[in-house]
Amino acid sequence: MKRLNYPFSPEAVRELRVGDMVLITGKLFTGRDAVHKYIHDGNKPPVDLKNQIIYHCGPVTLKDKSGKWTVTAAGPTTSIREEPYQWEVIRDYGIVGVIGKGGMGQKTLDACKEYGCVYLHAVGGAAQVLAEKIKSVDGLYLEEFGLPEAIWELSVEDFPVVVTMDAHGNSLHKDVEAHSKEVLKTVL
Amino acid sequence: MTKKAAKKKASKKVSAKKIVKTKPAKKIDSKQQTIDSLVELIRVTSTVVPDDVFRTITTAAKHEEKNSTADYAMGIIKDNIDLAKYKSQPLCQDTGTVIFFVYHPAGFHQTPFKELIKKAVTLATKKGYLRQNSVNSLTGENAGTNLGEGHPSIHFYEQKGSEVEVKLMLKGGGCENVSAQYSLPDTTLGAGRDIEGVRKVVIDAVYKAQGKGCGPGALGVCVGGDRADSAYFAKKQLLRKLDDKNSNKELDNLEKEIVTTCNKLGIGPMGFGGKTTLLSCKITHANRVPASFFVSISYMCWAFRRQGVVLNKNFAIKKWLY
Repeated sequence: MKRLNYPFSPEAVRELRVGDMVLITGKLFTGRDAVHKYIHDGNKPPVDLKNQIIYHCGPVTLKDKSGKWTVTAAGPTTSIREEPYQWEVIRDYGIVGVIGKGGMGQKTLDACKEYGCVYLHAVGGAAQVLAEKIKSVDGLYLEEFGLPEAIWELSVEDFPVVVTMDAHGNSLHKDVEAHSKEVLKTVL
Repeated sequence: MTKKAAKKKASKKVSAKKIVKTKPAKKIDSKQQTIDSLVELIRVTSTVVPDDVFRTITTAAKHEEKNSTADYAMGIIKDNIDLAKYKSQPLCQDTGTVIFFVYHPAGFHQTPFKELIKKAVTLATKKGYLRQNSVNSLTGENAGTNLGEGHPSIHFYEQKGSEVEVKLMLKGGGCENVSAQYSLPDTTLGAGRDIEGVRKVVIDAVYKAQGKGCGPGALGVCVGGDRADSAYFAKKQLLRKLDDKNSNKELDNLEKEIVTTCNKLGIGPMGFGGKTTLLSCKITHANRVPASFFVSISYMCWAFRRQGVVLNKNFAIKKWLY
């Protein structure tokens, strides 16, 4: 088990390799479809994403009477939908990690290599295990997109992920797909 | 004065006068009782996997190689199942399309029941059992209540007897996105209009899904029907218990064969690679017109959320179905 601690950096994520199981401690920003499209359309993100990790997640959130937010469920959403946009966000805003599920494509993989970024796969559907690792909600931005689509600034401790795309051009998704394609040929 | 306080005061008055306690027959508010029962159904569906699913996942987890990423993923999945139940919070943050199947006796009034379902869904959303998950497809607006055009999805069926049975499925978007419909023949796959062709397209759908549908997954399949019914009947197969047996021998064999073959693909939990790609496959069939031959595949994630209840005559929960 490896660790990735805040503040993050391109150098630190370049140390990680496909197949590494990693515990993250520090800050995460959620961002999914609406946020990526917003940035792609030329809008500046409301937070500085330099050396930050973006988490493809639309959490279940509850506000208590004092106005304090808690996240009660927070697993990853499917990342491939952000494939048209992700490489730009990596290039223009310097994010060093993307957490999601299902993996991403060649454009993102190339950007990871070029700019020093890594794709971290969280276990899809494990919303409770992952929400447990969120220690505080530190900010809420772009609330107008609806709560699941907004940017949530979260502090996490020992957040469990697996590196499935590293900064050296390797992708577990590519390997698994290629292997399963070979098997598919023999069973069809 | 709040109702509660009033009640308290009233009971004090009674004890002061030392009247022998005779409980007045409590008037049952059947509307409120229905809402309470439905909210409880939503809570349990969202937070607890059914026993048959739990058994299947636990067995599958044992087959993964120790300390592999697949083993790690299955460990987190099992922890998540325990934690969601313990905390009574959603297994997955994507609480999905909310789909009700209501089986009722003749003479049952569907319209008022629909209204009560909507109230229960709104309340369950407020309580955090459901995410604010329903979006207007034209405006992008999220009302935050899970109510809107066509949502929740409610299907009524008349059945014999006097009981009302309500089944609920919460179908997440990730697995719905990898669900598929094929039109046979499919020349690229060499799939003809026969059982062998059906087998090929179903396996292809699992290959194409890779880890994107939060595998290990479970399939509902329909052979035939028009495009709409075929997709719906496929989804309805997910109401079957994972360890049941298909009464059609040919389909029963096909179900088993597909699971065995798909688990050779090596896609594994979350697409990390591994032994368990598919937990189960359930297949039904429907007549088609000679010109069409659709095969529909409904993919369900490991966070398989379905439950059901039988309501008693006062609309309280009498029995759980899964």
